[in-house]
Amino acid sequence: MISAHLPALQVVLPLLGAVVCAFLKRGSWAWLVALAVSLVLPAIALGLLYQTYEGGTISYALGGWRPPFGIEYRVDIFNAFVLVLVSVIGAVIMPYAKRSVEHEIPEDKQAWFYAIYLLCLCGLLGIAITGDAFNAFVFMEISSLATYALIAMGRDRRALLAAYQYLIMGTIGATFYVIGVGLLYSMTGTLNLADMANRLAGIEDSRAVLAALAFLTVGISLKLALFPLHVWLPNAYAYAPSMATVFLSATATKVAVYLLLRYFFSVFGVSVIYADLPVSWIFLVLSIAAMFGASLVAVFQANIKRMLAYSSVAQIGYITLGIAIANKTGLAGGIVHLFNHAIMKAALFMALGSIFFRIGSVRIEDLAGIAKRMPVTAGVFVVGGLGLIGVPGTAGFISKWYLGLGAIENGWWWLLMLIVLSSAIAVLYVGRVVEVMWFREPSPVAKKAEEPPLSMLLPTLLLTFATIYFGFDTFLTAHMADLAAQLLLTGGR
Amino acid sequence: MTISAILPPGVILILAGFLLPLLQGHARTAALLIAPVITLAVIWQVPDGVVMSLGFMGYTLTPVEGDTLSRLFATIFAIMAFGGGLFALNQDRVTELAAAFVYAGAAIGVTFAGDLITLFVFWEIMALASTLVVWSAGAKAFGAGMRYVSIHLLGGVLLMIGIIGEVAATGSVEFTAIQPDTAARWFILAGFLINAGAPPLSAWLPDAYPEASWSGMVFLSAFTTKTAVYVLLRGFPGADILVFVGLYMIFYGIVYAILENDMRRILAYSIVNQVGFMVCGIGIGTTMALNGAAAHAFTHIIYKALLLMSAGSVLYMTGKRKCTDLGGLFRTMPLTAICGIIGALSISSFPLTSGFISKSMISQAAADEHLFVVWMALAAASAGVFLHAGIKFPWFVFFQKDSGMRPEEPPWNMKAAMVLFSFLCIGLGVLPYPLYAMLPYPVDYVPYTVSHVTSMLQLLLFSGLAFFLMLGMLKRTLTITLDFDWFYRGLGKVLAKEFDMRSARAWGAMVERLYDAVVRFVGTLYRHHGPQGVLARSWPTGSMAFWTTLLLCACVIVYYF
Repeated sequence: MISAHLPALQVVLPLLGAVVCAFLKRGSWAWLVALAVSLVLPAIALGLLYQTYEGGTISYALGGWRPPFGIEYRVDIFNAFVLVLVSVIGAVIMPYAKRSVEHEIPEDKQAWFYAIYLLCLCGLLGIAITGDAFNAFVFMEISSLATYALIAMGRDRRALLAAYQYLIMGTIGATFYVIGVGLLYSMTGTLNLADMANRLAGIEDSRAVLAALAFLTVGISLKLALFPLHVWLPNAYAYAPSMATVFLSATATKVAVYLLLRYFFSVFGVSVIYADLPVSWIFLVLSIAAMFGASLVAVFQANIKRMLAYSSVAQIGYITLGIAIANKTGLAGGIVHLFNHAIMKAALFMALGSIFFRIGSVRIEDLAGIAKRMPVTAGVFVVGGLGLIGVPGTAGFISKWYLGLGAIENGWWWLLMLIVLSSAIAVLYVGRVVEVMWFREPSPVAKKAEEPPLSMLLPTLLLTFATIYFGFDTFLTAHMADLAAQLLLTGGR
Repeated sequence: MTISAILPPGVILILAGFLLPLLQGHARTAALLIAPVITLAVIWQVPDGVVMSLGFMGYTLTPVEGDTLSRLFATIFAIMAFGGGLFALNQDRVTELAAAFVYAGAAIGVTFAGDLITLFVFWEIMALASTLVVWSAGAKAFGAGMRYVSIHLLGGVLLMIGIIGEVAATGSVEFTAIQPDTAARWFILAGFLINAGAPPLSAWLPDAYPEASWSGMVFLSAFTTKTAVYVLLRGFPGADILVFVGLYMIFYGIVYAILENDMRRILAYSIVNQVGFMVCGIGIGTTMALNGAAAHAFTHIIYKALLLMSAGSVLYMTGKRKCTDLGGLFRTMPLTAICGIIGALSISSFPLTSGFISKSMISQAAADEHLFVVWMALAAASAGVFLHAGIKFPWFVFFQKDSGMRPEEPPWNMKAAMVLFSFLCIGLGVLPYPLYAMLPYPVDYVPYTVSHVTSMLQLLLFSGLAFFLMLGMLKRTLTITLDFDWFYRGLGKVLAKEFDMRSARAWGAMVERLYDAVVRFVGTLYRHHGPQGVLARSWPTGSMAFWTTLLLCACVIVYYF
C-alpha cells in the first residue's frame, strides 16, 4: 500500500528530483521536474495530516529497521502540520519560480538552481519528519548547504558575503546542535527522540543534560534567527534571488522553530523546560527584544527586501513568544503564527519579487507611485502588510489574538500591551511603503512598469487570498495548532 | 430574509465608496445619491435580533444585529451620507468622496455590530477612512491628519487590549451593556471615549476637522463622535464617570469656541460641546436620559451638518474661514445665511427647532434624578451654546461689519442640501413624535409645555442680550479687526488661567514640543536602528560568533543555576 509509505516518499521524492535536475541541461526541463515533484508533495503531506488527525501518531521504520535501533520517521499532528506548510508553500511558489528564475539566474545555472532548491526542500521536510536526532542533523546540513548555495546565486555581489556569513553562522549552529545531540547520546545511549525522552527521566538535572539543552537551544535558535542571533538573516534574505527569499522566509526558520519545540516539549518535557528552568523568561526577553528592535530597524530600511527581512525577525519574535507564554493558548498562538507568517511573508516577498522582475529594483525611491502601473501587485502588498500588522480579517490577527489571550491567561496585561504596541510599529513600516507605492508621483522606473505575467501573479494572489481566508476559517490553522499545542504540552510523541 | 442577512447595510456604502473612483460625471452623481438611499432602505428592513452570524475562531460573530437603537443611528448616518454626498457633488477630489462613503459605511457597520470584533473592524476602517478624508484637503492637512490618525490608532490599541481582556474574562465576544468595573472594561471605555473627543485628548477634533476641505468637514462632523455616542449608549449606559466627562466636554467646547476666530474651528469646538451633552445624558442613565442622548445625537448630526454646510459654502465661495475676514455676507448669500441661522437656532435649542425637542430631554432627566448641580450646569451650558454657536457664528459671518466681499450663492446642489437639512431641523422641531417613536425606550415627554418654552426663551434671551451688550462695548473701544483678534487672545489667557486649562494655542505649542521630542526620539532610534545603527548594519562575522558564544554561556549559566 502506497499510503503506508507516505513518510518515506515525502523525503525521497524531492531527493530523487534533485538528482534528476542535476543531470538536466535545460533550465525549463529542470523546472518541469521540480514542478512535478512540488505538486505531489502537498498531497502526501495532507495525506499524512489526515492519517494523524484520524488515527494518531504514525511510526515508520525506515528500511525496516525497528526503532529505536533503526531510523524512525514519526509523524504526529504537529509535524504533519509543518510538513503541510512547507510542501504547500513549495508547490505554490513553483509556477512563480519559472519567470523569476529566468530573469535572475544565468541560463546555464538554472538547472542547478532547481536541483539545489529541491535538496533544500528535501532537507527541510526531512527535519520535520524524522524521529531521530542525528538524522535531523543530516537533514539540517542538507538544507543548510543548499541554502548557502541558493543565497550565493543572488545577482547582487553582496550575496556572496551574505552566503559566507550565513555559512559560518549556520555551521556554528549545526555544530552546537550536534554537540548537544552528542551529549545527550552519551547520557542516554540512544538517538531516537522518543526513546531519548524516556531515558532522560530521572537525569534531567545532570550537568551534561543541561549543557546539552543549552547547546541545542542556542544552536537551533541560530537557525531560527532568534534575536540577537538573527544577524545573518537580513543580508541573506535581501541579496538572495527573489525565489530563494520567498521560499526561505516562508519555510526555513519555521522548520527550525519546529525542531526547537520538538526538543523542548517532546524530549525534555514541559516540567523540565518550564518548571525547573527559566526557559520561559529567556524567550520572553529575547522575543520582546525582537518584536521591538527588529521592527524599529525595519522602519528605517531603504531596501524593502531588507525591510521585510527585519520584519521577519520581528515576526519570529511573536512565534517564540508563544514558547515564552507557556500555556496552551499562547503556544497555539505561536504555532499558528508559524503558519500564518509563512503565507503572509511569502505573498509579500512574491509581490516584491514581481516588482523586481519588472523594474529591477526594490529600493523605496524606485517604488514610488508603482501602484498606478501595478495595482494588483501593490494591492497584494497592502493585504500582506495588513496581515503583518495583525488587522482583524487577516491571518495575522488570529495569531496575535491567541498570543494576547495566552498573555491574559497568565495575567500578563503588560505583555498584551507590548504585543499591540509592537503591532503599531508594523503600521509604521508597512504604512511607509504603502504610502510611497500608492500616493507618490511615479518614479522614472515605476512609470514603465506593468503587472507581472500571470504565472507570477496567480500564485501571489493565491497566497494573498489565503492570508484573508485564514483570517476567517481557522480550522486548518488555529484548530490544528491547538491540537499540536495540546499534544506538546501533554508530552506527546 | 432580508438583504442584510447576506450583506451588512454598511458594506453597501463601503462598496459604493470603492466604486466611486471608477465612475465619471453623471454616473458618479447617480452613485453618490442612490447608494445612501439603497442603504437606508436596507437599514429599515433589518429586523430585531441577530440577522447575520458567522463562526470565527470558535466565537460567534454577529455582523448584523438589529434593534431600535441600531436602526436609529444607522438611519441618521445614511441620511447624513445622502446629504453630504449631495452637498459634495462638485468636489473634484474623488478620493475624498470615496473615503467619506467608506467612512459612513463603516459607521453604519458599527451600529449593527453585535459583537466586539466586528465593532473593532468597522471602528478601524472608520479611523483610516476619516484620516483619508482629512488628507484629501491637500498638503496643508498632512500634519493634522498625522496627529489625527496617531490618536485614533492609540484609541484602537486601547480598544483592542480591552476587547482581548474582556473576551479572556467572559469567554464571549458579545457586545452588551457593561459597567467599567474591570481593567479590560476601562480599556474599552477609554477606546470609546477617545473617539468621542473626551478629555484629556479632546483637542484632536478641533485640530484636525477644520483642516479638511469644505465638504470633508461636513462628513467628519457626523460619524466618529456619534458612533462613539452610540457605543457608549449600548455599552456603558449609566456609568457615573460619564456625567463628569460630559460636563467637562460641554464647558471645554464652550470656552474655546468663544475664544476662537476660525468659523469652522468654532463649530468643531461646539461638536465637543454637544457630544458632551450626550455623554452626560448617557452617564445619567435613566430611560429619559438615554432617549435624550440618542435623540440629541440624531438632531445634532442634522443641525451641525447644516451649520458646516453653511460654513462650507462660505469657504467654497470666498476661500476665507476667519471671522475677522468675513462679515456682511447676508447681502449676496441670503439663502446660505438663512440656513446657517436655522442651524444656529437648532443648536441653541430654540423652540420649534430640532435641538429644543432633544436637548431638553437630557436636562429633564437630570431634574428628574434630582441631580441639581448637573441640571444647573446643563442650563448654564445651554446659554453658553447660544453665545458661541447660536449667535457668534451667524453674526460674524453674515452680519457684523461689511467685509466688502460680494460672493454669490453656492451651486444648486449645495443649496439643495442646505434646504433639505433646514427642513429636517424645523420639521423635527415642530413634529417631534416620529423621532420619539424611533427612540430605544417609550417616550413620555412633552417638549412644548409652557414652562419648558418660557424657561428656554428666557435663557436664550438673556444670553443673547449678554452677547450684544459685550459686543457694543467692544465696538466702542476696539474698532479694527486686529484688535478683535487681540481680544480673543487676551481673554483667552485670562480664561485659561480661570479654568486652569491649556489655552487653545497651547495645543499648538504642545504639539510642537511633542514634535521636537519625537524628532529627538527618532534621532536616537535612527542612531541605533537606522541603516548604520548597531542593529541594522551588517556585522562582521566574528562579532556574530561572539554573540552566539555569549548567549550559549548565558544559557548554560542560567540552566545550571
